[in-house]
Amino acid sequence: MSTGSGSLMVRRRDVLTAGGGLLALIVARPARATPESMAAAIKAFVGESEVQKGKVTLDIPPLVENGNSVPLTVRVDSPMTPQDYVRTIAIFNEENPQPNVVNFHLSPRAGRAVVSTRIRLGDSQNIVAIAQLSDGTFWSDTAELIVTLPACVES
Amino acid sequence: MARALINVPPKAKRGEIIEIKALISHPMETGYRTGPDGALVPRDIINRFLCTYNGEEIFSADLFPAVAANPFFSFTTVATESGRLAFRWVDDKGQAHLETAEIIVE
Repeated sequence: MSTGSGSLMVRRRDVLTAGGGLLALIVARPARATPESMAAAIKAFVGESEVQKGKVTLDIPPLVENGNSVPLTVRVDSPMTPQDYVRTIAIFNEENPQPNVVNFHLSPRAGRAVVSTRIRLGDSQNIVAIAQLSDGTFWSDTAELIVTLPACVES
Repeated sequence: MARALINVPPKAKRGEIIEIKALISHPMETGYRTGPDGALVPRDIINRFLCTYNGEEIFSADLFPAVAANPFFSFTTVATESGRLAFRWVDDKGQAHLETAEIIVE
């Protein structure tokens, strides 16, 4: 009986220490991007221009098991001719330490505005893709996703 | 610097849109992780990727720490003429890795 409660105590203590460690981990985490810092990064990219919804399709899995490598594809509805093409596609996030993810620079020689890569996600969040067309307009798409094992938690 | 894998179709018809894939082995150390001693591991990422087709830039990317380790890109281009595609990755230390691929356009 006493041994039983003793081992229970140990377990309790283990749990408490583990909890403390987890707390330390949360405290030790670096500052994160916030929806506000993402908005600031987007403003730095688009300037005073208005960002319209549409033309851009952000293809990313809605439920991600491992945030260390998340496949992402962006398509922009554009003829990709020298008169009308996609100049830049920028990807932004809300919860990683930095709001920028990656910027792609395209030219009419791309033929199609389709780009893929793999990214890291620190938490469940919204991802925003913004395309700048050759006429200077900006178009966007947003995807919300859930990450079960975020990147950056293990040391 | 690293090992790179690139995938360019060896032959294409003139005017055809071809898909290009490029992958390079690199840890993309974010600078936000702590090492075994508790200190932050210094940032070391590839911050720029560039692809040229017979010397003319067709695609480039600015990378941030949120790009996964072993950066992978896939993009397209119009096969205009036979020649050489050159791929260039540049990291935080300014070191560059260069790969090339030949394509025959008929």
